[in-house]
Amino acid sequence: MKEFLAMGGYAAYVWTAYGLTAAVIGLNAWLAQRRYRQALRQIGQGEATRHPHGQPTVRKLS
Amino acid sequence: MGIARWFHQLASPPYLFRLAGRLAPWLGISALALLAVGTYGGLVLAPPDYLQGEGFRIIYVHVPSAYIGLMAYVVMAAAAACGFIWRIKLAHAVAASAAPVGASFTFLALVTGAVWGKPMWGTYWQWADARLVSELVLFFLYLGYILLRSSFDDRDKGDRVSAVLAVVGVVNVPIIHFSVEWWSTLHQGPTIARLDAPSITLDMLAPLLIMIAAYTLCFAWLVIRRLQAEILERERGTRWVERLAMEGPA
Repeated sequence: MKEFLAMGGYAAYVWTAYGLTAAVIGLNAWLAQRRYRQALRQIGQGEATRHPHGQPTVRKLS
Repeated sequence: MGIARWFHQLASPPYLFRLAGRLAPWLGISALALLAVGTYGGLVLAPPDYLQGEGFRIIYVHVPSAYIGLMAYVVMAAAAACGFIWRIKLAHAVAASAAPVGASFTFLALVTGAVWGKPMWGTYWQWADARLVSELVLFFLYLGYILLRSSFDDRDKGDRVSAVLAVVGVVNVPIIHFSVEWWSTLHQGPTIARLDAPSITLDMLAPLLIMIAAYTLCFAWLVIRRLQAEILERERGTRWVERLAMEGPA
């Protein structure tokens, strides 16, 4: 295990590269999912309060 | 059943939104699974390189990032061109969704390349290397596209102007690809995409191909999630979005 972590002396470089990769891919996933959730939330609340043409909107009771 | 009909359906926002919603979980799960397998293969199963020792294992995160950075740009520019020529708003939505993902993977390619370059070449960065500089230009093209688009209040205008930048920037793509052959300084030549056999053994190559597949699935998942958000924002107030708001996403 110790030998594996040492990466033949390249530990600092190898683990930095893999760590940065995990961070950027994780951040990407989080941001994409957050954006999707926000868009869903906005359509859920937006229509009842400010409907552009004033048509009555039926809202589901939950 | 015609292909043309299917293309027509693809241009329909509710159809594309639902299709994306159905694909997303499968893409996400298979991306995660392949990322796990590829990482294990790259870090544990692949033999150390005879020259670079264990340090070469950075290849398994560097090459797929660089590939996605380039592929995403082609997707973005092609979508932007379709949107510009045929005035398809959904195509602009695809371009806008691919941009931040492509930018982040290009960033990853640059930084993982730098930390690989330090022990192997003795430097993080070299301005005289065409591959490095053209890759940096790619990153700035993405940033320029994102900033330009966000500087317009009018979404349609932003779509059209930023599409021009995306398409013009395509000239950089072949430059990046051939830079290692035209001006070879530090960056090594192609390993896999060669006319003769790849200059890498199978036990080193397999994890790399798995990682490339994993990154591609990951890219598809990220773009689809962003595209769904883009579609909802652009289609706000239409009847199908209102119905969706009441019923929730299926």
